[in-house]
Amino acid sequence: MATVTGVSVADEVPGPPERSPLSADGAGTRRLGDRLFGGAAQGAGILVIALVTLVGLFLLWQAVPALARNEAGFLTSREWTVSGDHPRFGIVELLWTTVVSSLIAMAIAVPVGVAVALFITQYAPRWLAKPAANLVDLLAAVPSIIYGLWGLRTFGPKYEPVQTFLQDKLGAFPLLSKTSVSGSGTVMFIGIVLAIMVLPIVTALSREVFAQTPVAHKEGALALGATRWEMIRTAVLPFGRPGVISASMLALGRALGETIAVTIIVSTLADQTVWSWSLFNGGETFASRIANNAQEFDSPQKAGAFIAAGLVLFILTFIVNAVARIVIERRKAFSE
Amino acid sequence: MKIQRLGQLASVALVGSLALAACGSDNNNASGGGASSGSGGSSSSSGAGGSGAAECGSGTLNAEGSSAQKNAIEEAISTFQDECSGATVNYNPTGSGAGIKQFIAGQVDFAGSDSALKTVEKDGVVEADAAAKYCGSPAWNLPMVTGPIAIAFNVKGVDRLVLTPQVAAGIFSGKVTTWNDPSIAKINSGVSLPAEPIKVFFRSDESGTTENFTKYLKAAAPSAWTAEPGKKWTGKGEGKPKSDGVAGAVKSTEGGITYAEWSYAKDNSLGIAQIDNGAGPVELTGEAVGKAVSAAKADGQGHDLRLKLDYATKEAGAYPILLVTYEIVCSKSKDAGKAALTKAFLKHFASAETQKSLEDIGYAPLPDEVRTKVDAAIAALS
Repeated sequence: MATVTGVSVADEVPGPPERSPLSADGAGTRRLGDRLFGGAAQGAGILVIALVTLVGLFLLWQAVPALARNEAGFLTSREWTVSGDHPRFGIVELLWTTVVSSLIAMAIAVPVGVAVALFITQYAPRWLAKPAANLVDLLAAVPSIIYGLWGLRTFGPKYEPVQTFLQDKLGAFPLLSKTSVSGSGTVMFIGIVLAIMVLPIVTALSREVFAQTPVAHKEGALALGATRWEMIRTAVLPFGRPGVISASMLALGRALGETIAVTIIVSTLADQTVWSWSLFNGGETFASRIANNAQEFDSPQKAGAFIAAGLVLFILTFIVNAVARIVIERRKAFSE
Repeated sequence: MKIQRLGQLASVALVGSLALAACGSDNNNASGGGASSGSGGSSSSSGAGGSGAAECGSGTLNAEGSSAQKNAIEEAISTFQDECSGATVNYNPTGSGAGIKQFIAGQVDFAGSDSALKTVEKDGVVEADAAAKYCGSPAWNLPMVTGPIAIAFNVKGVDRLVLTPQVAAGIFSGKVTTWNDPSIAKINSGVSLPAEPIKVFFRSDESGTTENFTKYLKAAAPSAWTAEPGKKWTGKGEGKPKSDGVAGAVKSTEGGITYAEWSYAKDNSLGIAQIDNGAGPVELTGEAVGKAVSAAKADGQGHDLRLKLDYATKEAGAYPILLVTYEIVCSKSKDAGKAALTKAFLKHFASAETQKSLEDIGYAPLPDEVRTKVDAAIAALS
């Protein structure tokens, strides 16, 4: 590739299928700055990939011996006995609690977050938009332990009457039935707290994409006689959809992996508690169970069992992100 | 923006490393100075026939382990460092398992643990042998802090509650579910118990408190508590993390009951049940706990002072639910300087004065019989 004019980094890095204009003329230089920056960028990219691969390998490496000794179905068992000669452990309860609480969080945070972003970019007067946006961003800066304590001590007692009301009126519905868990240590409640925690992520990213809607699109819609809501529906939302999706996935990733707030708030269940589909049951997420027990990892087998649970979370997050990528790729065609 | 952030990060890192470097050099200076003054002290003491200052030692001790003794050892460290300016003791309350692991790996000078080193194989390791191998000499378990476990409750209109091991086991295993259950009413005549459900809270993290509490239930009421004792809860109820989690949950839940270290029950002003092991109800006091520790049998050899607590003790006035935390040390240390410092610190920790001061923060002082033995063992450390 070395020509008289030298090689630019753009020649080396695989770009999108259609070559970018820069690579066509090959007019890059061999200048030091170019090469340094190119190398650094490439190195950073490789470093991230290497890190993720190594984390995955580490989890696998640690988990496999414990998994090999496991005498129960890892994906189907509700037991969790990880020490001794006959370990029996499975993650089905962890998976349920993790996924359900995150889904509740998404069900609340995405509509509200998108609405807030629309308000800030489309409805709010200028003097209000900026401070409102900053305030929402500020939510993201609150450490999760604070959310945990706030949820436990302040928000929890306020939420309890709502839960009691739902259980009394709609308890016949399995998802809302009564359980042995008292107060606010329920999956539903951590879902709500998680929703508040991920709200700023959804809002901030959605706001950025909504603000970039081409003015021509918006004015075109308005010129055709659309009301403001119709303009948003036909111009802003379709344009922002990939952004909203990736924002949601980022938020989902945070909700799935949130540790300390969940650990503090949720009530764990004793062994052999009768299975309930209720959202008002307690439970543990992957992250909270690991956090609860991390101090007593006194044997490789025990640690391995928890790391195996961590591995599932890792894969789950990976799948979520992959799905998001696919969805965004497919939507791109319509929005650009 | 990005660049600015990078700059900030870099400056934070720079300041941090400078601060750390400063710490490091400080310590070095202190230990250097301390060492010379220490040797000066010892030479003068050999002349004068023994003075208090010579027992200080100098340098830095690192210890890790049980979180159950965290407040006690911090209290002891703070008074020790007031007396001995050249000495620094760090204690990292990461849990008994982690402490023993670090001790065996040679990362810390002594470990705090709420159970003595195990002499039977568990997960492929015999802790006592592994520790002896690291030390090159037997490792000793020195009982240092006794922490009573309170059965704490929150029931409207009830401030005095008596529980027998049978009834307690019934409650914590989910067989007794309402406060006015006949079995509770029978041993609490004159107390008006509400017809509320009992809400049991347990530690969702693995904990020595759970282990000792279930050991008690198993020993004192074997017919009612059939599960094997362990760090993981095997009864019923709902779990909350750490002692403040369970204590906080009971405080905010009417009808709640849990087991927690004494200080947490006191700090949250929860009701504390009196325990009737068969010789009448015993209120939780430092003295009552001391009686139970004195009743414990020695289980180790020589200066290895592992105790075998008799949870089912029927001795009058002894409060039977407690955990004893040990300091685990090498009987012959590889490093003479560290040995002197360890000896000085443990001696201070085991002194009557320090032990007495622990009662204010929710621990019970070691009874004198045990304390004399611990003193003798510390004196034999080298």
